[in-house]
Amino acid sequence: MAHIQVPEGVPGIRSLVMFRPETGKYLYDLAEVLLRGESPIAQADRELIAAYVSRRNECVFCSNSHAAAARCLYGDNDTTVDDVLKDMNAADISPKLKALLNIAGKVQVLGKEVKQDDIDAARAQDATDKEIHDTVLIAAAFSMFNRYVDGLASLTPTAPDAYKEMGKRMVQGYALPQKPANT
Amino acid sequence: MAHINLENDLPGIRGLMAYSPKTEKPLNALAEILLRDDDNTLTRGERELIGAYVSYLNDCFFCQNVHGALAGHYLGCNIDEIDAIKSDFTSAELSPKMKTLLAIAASVQKGGKAVSEDQVAAARAEGATDKEIHDSVLIAAAFCMFNRYVDGLATWAPQDRQFYVNRAPQRATEGYQSSVFK
Repeated sequence: MAHIQVPEGVPGIRSLVMFRPETGKYLYDLAEVLLRGESPIAQADRELIAAYVSRRNECVFCSNSHAAAARCLYGDNDTTVDDVLKDMNAADISPKLKALLNIAGKVQVLGKEVKQDDIDAARAQDATDKEIHDTVLIAAAFSMFNRYVDGLASLTPTAPDAYKEMGKRMVQGYALPQKPANT
Repeated sequence: MAHINLENDLPGIRGLMAYSPKTEKPLNALAEILLRDDDNTLTRGERELIGAYVSYLNDCFFCQNVHGALAGHYLGCNIDEIDAIKSDFTSAELSPKMKTLLAIAASVQKGGKAVSEDQVAAARAEGATDKEIHDSVLIAAAFCMFNRYVDGLATWAPQDRQFYVNRAPQRATEGYQSSVFK
């Protein structure tokens, strides 16, 4: 049970933003611009960065839901998501995406853990300033979302199908969910 | 020097916000409602103190000085007094409720799952409401983002701590929405 009185039966961050839509609005705006807005990083790769950071933070709700969204976006290559979450270094992804995921992993630990060598390695694979910026901010944002979701002990579904449905919805965009009329 | 070319010489998160206006909007709007909105039973000073404390735990020089100075401005404390609270809030002159909320914030900084039922029960026993617990968790979580954004891109920060104290009254008046431009 969540630490505070949120709408019953509503999972994860959705229940928290229904409790406090005044702050929820900007959290969803941030997710929308970071994950669906303009970026030189593909949406599938951005969702993968989100899932990767969430997995490292052991946030089951965020890692499963963003992994599901990433699988939808990768389409025929959806096994990439599980390969990366299992062992990023062994996964069959571009060297540039590996370098960006490495930076995201450092951000997950702490901002200062991102070293010049990490940046140089990304640049050596032609990562641009904007790609590095977006990677750092996505990783930082999920260091927030994960703590918000777990810090208030929000409902975490265990059925894989629940996340599959969420993933399909998330691909359509991040709009602030409305509180159910009966709660 | 920052890890990327920000094309401006603004310090800390302000340089990042000027570089990336599309993400600036929700980030500043979030800071504004969490820290400055007056429809809140936690004072601005208490909320800034949570931000400063979490930034201290995350070792983010820029954020802990900006928000420590703002907390000092609202609470009528000097830098030394704010530093004393950051290093040991349990022996500071704060309300028992505020101490339970800072304890929750410290757990959030470690990881969401570190927040225990006992910590939440202790906050309730001191009269903390659901919204106060919610906001304490979200402020702490948000600073785990802001701190990582600022340090993860190696932005520069003025080293003279008085700089932050001097700016605090202006920031308190103008709010976060204008931080990029002034």
